[in-house]
Amino acid sequence: MYEIRFHGRGGQGSVVASKILAKAFFMEGKYVSAFPYYGVERRGAPVTAFTRMDVKPIRAKYQIYEPDYVIVLDPSLISAVDVLKGMKENGYVLVNTVKSPEEMQDELKFKNVATVDATTIAIKHHLGSQTAPIVNTAILGAFARVSGLVKIETVMDAIRESAPAKQEENAQAAKDAYESVNMGGD
Amino acid sequence: MKAILTGNEAAAWGARLSRPKVIAAYPITPQTSIIETIAAFIANGEMDARYIRVESEHSAMAACIAAQNTGVRTYTATSAHGLALMHEVLMWASGARLPIVMSVVNRAMAPPWSVWTDQLDTMAERDSGWIQVYTQNNQEVLDSIIMSYKIAEKHNILLPTMVIEDAFILSHTSEGVDIPEQKKVDDFLGEYEPAFKLDPDEPAGFGSLIMPEGPYMEFRYKMALAMEDARSEIRKVVEEYNQVFGREYAPFVEEYKTEDADAVMVVIGTIGSTAKDVVDRMREKGKKVGVARVRYFRPFPAEELRKIAKGAKMIGVVDRSYSFGPGADLFAETKSVLYGHADIPVKNYVMGLGGRDITPRIIEKVFDDMLSVAKDGVVDKEVEWVGLQGDERWS
Repeated sequence: MYEIRFHGRGGQGSVVASKILAKAFFMEGKYVSAFPYYGVERRGAPVTAFTRMDVKPIRAKYQIYEPDYVIVLDPSLISAVDVLKGMKENGYVLVNTVKSPEEMQDELKFKNVATVDATTIAIKHHLGSQTAPIVNTAILGAFARVSGLVKIETVMDAIRESAPAKQEENAQAAKDAYESVNMGGD
Repeated sequence: MKAILTGNEAAAWGARLSRPKVIAAYPITPQTSIIETIAAFIANGEMDARYIRVESEHSAMAACIAAQNTGVRTYTATSAHGLALMHEVLMWASGARLPIVMSVVNRAMAPPWSVWTDQLDTMAERDSGWIQVYTQNNQEVLDSIIMSYKIAEKHNILLPTMVIEDAFILSHTSEGVDIPEQKKVDDFLGEYEPAFKLDPDEPAGFGSLIMPEGPYMEFRYKMALAMEDARSEIRKVVEEYNQVFGREYAPFVEEYKTEDADAVMVVIGTIGSTAKDVVDRMREKGKKVGVARVRYFRPFPAEELRKIAKGAKMIGVVDRSYSFGPGADLFAETKSVLYGHADIPVKNYVMGLGGRDITPRIIEKVFDDMLSVAKDGVVDKEVEWVGLQGDERWS
């Protein structure tokens, strides 16, 4: 079983991202569950969402405490929330930032970090506004590349089926992020 | 058709496929997305039903009672304080023998204010004359609504039914769900045939005054018999549903590795799902534990629990609510039906109230405690509150 935790802010689409990712896994024949941290979400406040994926039915009915992957939609959360809490040692963190993986490794004090500038990609595709871009679909494209757990084409199809508007722009944003994600090293 | 649905979307689909003609509902977290989804189905023309917006849950149930009395299927949904506000009319629905089906999303009773899961709301209605079925995943939520109409509408039953799901853990969690074909559900359920209805051509009175020498007591007795008869109808309908729709539901109690277990956990709702993973892990270490997940709390699965107790050295009953009696409800009733049938220790574990997360780690500690009770043969403490803040034993 793979466990993925999303950290975002209310309005960025973390909960929707957790569902779209579940849908993409599901379309590839996997068992899934996706759920928000059971809070009362407000715009701008930290939001946590979760996705589980397995090749057999999922019986686990509790929150994710030891994620395999952490996806951070807003880098300003890093100073407010312990995004690495319970992180598996060989897990992977994907951050929406203009910084390089090396810079984020130093900041997070964690070795497996990938970065993608999902904000610029979202603005380019007119997703959300200039000041409050919706980065959730772009970051899923980057996740497909980083994890190798799901094909980018499937993620794009899941986005086309799930996005309430601008389906193609959202799918293309995922593709751009898939191609531009920086996984560090050479 | 397979789709990703939340527990509440699955409930809305279960209702849609059962073709109720009247929905009367009032929003309350965490139930609201059920009736929002149904409202959208109706607005989109995907569901042919009259949606009545009311000013309270009391009125929602009153409207369902009136509509069902005219001879149509009805559906509603609620949670916690909404269910408590319905209390008076719940009794009317069952006493009037109206097979209404309602989803209840378990939510804690305030204060302190909490929207998270806790089974006190439905446990407090155990005496309302409603059938109660509890679920562990979104597929079971959807399927149980369809099965419930079939069971409730049998003319020897005619008891309303609550289909119950844990707040957020099911209601707001997305899972893969198989949505049955409408045609197959239509064939399975058939047209609703009311046993009686309001009809201007054949005037009749319902719910009139009965003097003490009149048949009030007989009405209650017939309800008691109907609740007993529900046992055989539930068995038949679940077996038929399994066959037609390719499912594997146990009618009353889902047993997991109980056959040779020293310690069996009796539990309701989603904790029973996670517990199966824990059983597998503990079996690898040679620890003989098992889970009995109770689906129907009304009618209460007395025979099934007695059978399970026969092979076990102890029973640990997990309650996700507390009722200030001799232990919590599932514990008190389990112990009651075992009296005179099984001379083994029975211990109550109260946990997860107000939505406190129940992890495999906590469940494993409970199993370990149960095994030590099984070994000693006596209960050290009848009611154990698990995971209280500052209590290091369960952290």
